[in-house]
This record gives sequence, C-alpha cells and structure tokens, in this order.
Amino acid sequence: MSTQIFAPTISGTAATSLGDDEAKEKIGIRDLRFYYGDYEALKGINISIRDRRVTAFIGPSGCGKSTLLRTMNRIYEMYPGQRTTGEINVDGRNILDPKEDLTRLRSNIGMVFQKPTPFPMSIWENVAFGIRLYENLPKADLDERVHWALSRTALWDEVKDKLNQLGTGLSGGQQQRLCIARAVAVKPGILLMDEPASALDPISTAKLEELIAELRDDFCIVIVTHNMQQAARAADYTAFMYLGDLVEYDTSEKIFTNPADKRTRDYVTGRFG
Amino acid sequence: MNPVVRRHLTDKIVVAVSFAVTAAILAVLAFILGTLIYNGLAAMKLSLFTESTPPPGSAGGLANAIMGSLMMTVLATLIATPVGILAGTYLAEYARGNKLASVVRFINDVLLSAPSIIIGLFVYTIIVMPMGHFSAWAGTVALAIIAVPIIVRTTEDMLSLVPDTLREAGMALGTPKWMVILHIGYKAAFQGMLTGILLAIARVSGETAPLLFTALNNQFWSMDLNAPMANLPVVIFQFAMSPYADWRELAWGGALLITFTVLVLNVLARVLSSQKKRAA
Repeated sequence: MSTQIFAPTISGTAATSLGDDEAKEKIGIRDLRFYYGDYEALKGINISIRDRRVTAFIGPSGCGKSTLLRTMNRIYEMYPGQRTTGEINVDGRNILDPKEDLTRLRSNIGMVFQKPTPFPMSIWENVAFGIRLYENLPKADLDERVHWALSRTALWDEVKDKLNQLGTGLSGGQQQRLCIARAVAVKPGILLMDEPASALDPISTAKLEELIAELRDDFCIVIVTHNMQQAARAADYTAFMYLGDLVEYDTSEKIFTNPADKRTRDYVTGRFG
Repeated sequence: MNPVVRRHLTDKIVVAVSFAVTAAILAVLAFILGTLIYNGLAAMKLSLFTESTPPPGSAGGLANAIMGSLMMTVLATLIATPVGILAGTYLAEYARGNKLASVVRFINDVLLSAPSIIIGLFVYTIIVMPMGHFSAWAGTVALAIIAVPIIVRTTEDMLSLVPDTLREAGMALGTPKWMVILHIGYKAAFQGMLTGILLAIARVSGETAPLLFTALNNQFWSMDLNAPMANLPVVIFQFAMSPYADWRELAWGGALLITFTVLVLNVLARVLSSQKKRAA
C-alpha cells in the first residue's frame, strides 16, 4: 500500500522510504500552522504518522516540536491566544474541526509530560481515574483493568503491595510509568509523549525506552525528544524540525546515518542545537 | 579606624541591636501572656462554663457568651467558606489574566485590610436598622464578611501553587474542567485551603467592633438568632471596663479563652501547612 507522504515544504517533496511501510496512516497533518498570538510557531506542517509505529520529533529548542505535539490533542486550547489553521486527521477525521468532541478525542489520545504528573491520590486511583471517566465498571472489573494497565507498563510488580499509597511517593521513573499506565488504561489509539525521559536518570530512561518498545505493537506512539540517541534507539521514524518547519521525515536509520538535508545532517552530527 | 576593625564593629553593633529589639518584642508578648494567664487562671472555674453572665455583685460565668461566640463563628464560617472558596476558585482557575479578575482581586485585598469597625457599621446599616433591633444574624453576617476575603485569598494562592502540568495531565485524559478542579486541584491544594479557613476562624473569633454594632450583647442564655446574643469579645469589652471586681475577673477569663482558641487554631494551621511542604 502506498500512501502519499507529505514532505518538507521548503525542499519540495522529498523521497522517503516510508512508502514501503504497510502500516496505515494514523495521524495525517496537512498545512498545519500554529500561532502564539501573532507569532507563527508552526509554518505549514505536512506529515503522515503511521499506526503501530514510534515516531520521534527532534530539533533544537524552540523549533516547534512540543507545540506540534500539543496540537494533536488540542491541549493548547487551555491557554488563550493560541490557535491553529490547517488539518489534523486522526483516523481520517479532522480533529481541528470546532465541532470535535474534546472528551472523545482525548479518550483516544493519551499524553505523557516532561515532568511526571501523578495526581494527588493513590496509585490505584491514579490509574482508575481515566477509566472511570468513560466507563462505569463494577469494582472487580475496575481492579482488573488497573492490574492490566499496570502490568502493561511493567509497574505491577513494583507497586502491587502499595496500591493505596500516594502516587506522588513513587520514584521519578515509576511516576512516569504510572502516568503512562494511566493513559494506557483508557485504551487509547495514540500515545503522545513530550520529552518523557528528560527528568529521569539513565536507568529509569532505559526502562522507559523498553516500555515504549513494548507498547509499540498496540499504539501509535509520537514522542518528542531532545535526546538524539533516544530517537535513534526507540523510534521507527524520525522527523527533524527547525524554526517551525518540518525539514526532514524518514526512517530513523536514514535520518541518523544519511540525511538528505544539510540542516538535518548538521543537527544530528552535533554541529548546532 | 582600620576598615576591617570598623566592619567587625558595625557587624557586632547590628547584631546586638537586632537581638535587643527582638528580645524587647518577645518580652512585651511574654508580659501580655503572663498577665493574661495570671489573671485569667483565677477565673477558670467550672461555673465559668456553666453559668450565664451575672448582674454585678453576684456569681456567674460566661456560658452564654461562649455559646454565642461559638454559634456566630461557626455560622459565619459556614457562610464564608463556600463563598470564599468559589470566588478563589474563579480567580485561580477561570479568570486568569482577565480584567475582571484583577478588579475582584484588588477589591478583595481592600476588604482584607478594611477596619472591622467599618464592616460593623455597614451591617448595622443594612441589617440592624431595617430589622429595628440587634441580632445574632447581623453579627454572623458581619463576621462572615470579615472571613470571606481571607478565604478567597488563600484559596486563590493555594490553587495557583498547583502546577499547570497537573491540570494539563487531567485535561489530556479528557477530564472536564470542573472535574479537574474538584478532583485534582482541590485535592492538591486541600491542606493550604484548610489552613486559610482556620486562619479566618482565628481572625473572626477575636473581633469585637463588628459585633458591638450587630449582635451587641445579651445578659441571658439565648440561642435565638433574631435576638441580640452574648459573645466573648463584647462581654470582655463591657466587663473589663466596669468598676466591679467580679466582672473584671470574668473578663480576664474570657480573654484567656479567646487567646487560647486563637493560639490553638494558629498552631493547627502551622502544622497543616508544614505537612504540606513536606509532602511536596
């Protein structure tokens, strides 16, 4: 199956090897522009993100990678003065449509943040929180789902004896996996991760990357990272962004070994950023 | 003089002066508390809690005033807490960066530092005069008006300390905003908000001026909110200045009771807020 790949606006349509991938498009972004007040932070992004793959966004600070991630579940709308134009098609439906139901949208798109964000409640309640928003399950089924989500995120063995303790009492790495469990528990199709390992120590980071590899088969994972090794290790595809443009989007192997654009090459070889 | 020697000398003088001033202030406080305890303990008898305020020259206690203070403070807290929490929530969660919010915040700050006698006069004009008599209701309203701005302020401050990332995490799960506030914001800010309410109670329980114009006083045991009601501050005010020794002794007893209550509330508030810091 060949889906058309929208490549960088500057250099025209770049040839990429994504066309060979049989995975279908999960998120299709067309001419997405983003404004903080009058400032244009995303200058017409076009990209096709594949289902059941890990896609990483890299680029120097301020390039718009986090901003792009935050448009995908419209979380930016919490703040006044931020707006978008263009299209983001999730499963073929444009979610930027004002009529889009945000609750439904966000039930399908989980998000993990830079700093772990456990809610001020018990570990069990943290995981059950999202489930209870959408499903009215009897306690036994709820317990089972919590168990499932915590196992899925390789946290069960570490927390099974202290489910009633505060989520905020866990270590940083455990907190971050708890947040992923909380997102996974709702059974979304997409997981957005905004620099999920930047506050973690190397061992926790390794565990997190293992987890991402585990979850890859069931979710469309989009990860923003400033750690290039992480993108190279964890992601099937990598997109390089610079000054609000998507410069290059290809398999991680191609981006890190033989990028087409000079700016990508300069960035991945550490010449700037 | 050698500059090094001079600096050492300046240092010593500054330390000595600040120490002396601190000691002086603490001495005043100790003197007040000492006098209060010395005179107040003499009044601490069982009859203080069981009998109502007596006519001069006969035995009695402060039961009616204690009950009145308790009733009016509790009622005022019940009125002020929801109002204060809702207004504080509006300021912290719904009205960020909006013009109305800065106006409300400014007015709240003015109210926070308004002399309580003005609140008393205000309630006198809008409740006591139309009703034609003093009443416990009027006293309750006056106390509530004093408590509201304190609760608004602490609620807003404590909710503002809840990191935005926590709100984002809640919203990203698809949680409606009101649920994010209720289940995440309030939960994270709970101890701080409770501290604010305790401080408001502490402040209100010692107020005299607003009650003088509203609840006034009642020589007898009364739980009728439509009638004047006895209360500790006004009883102290009247009894302390009387020429009767037994009245003055009761005033000391009342003063010790209020001071003790306020002290306990403040310590409780402090314990709660330090627990908060350890948890964070």
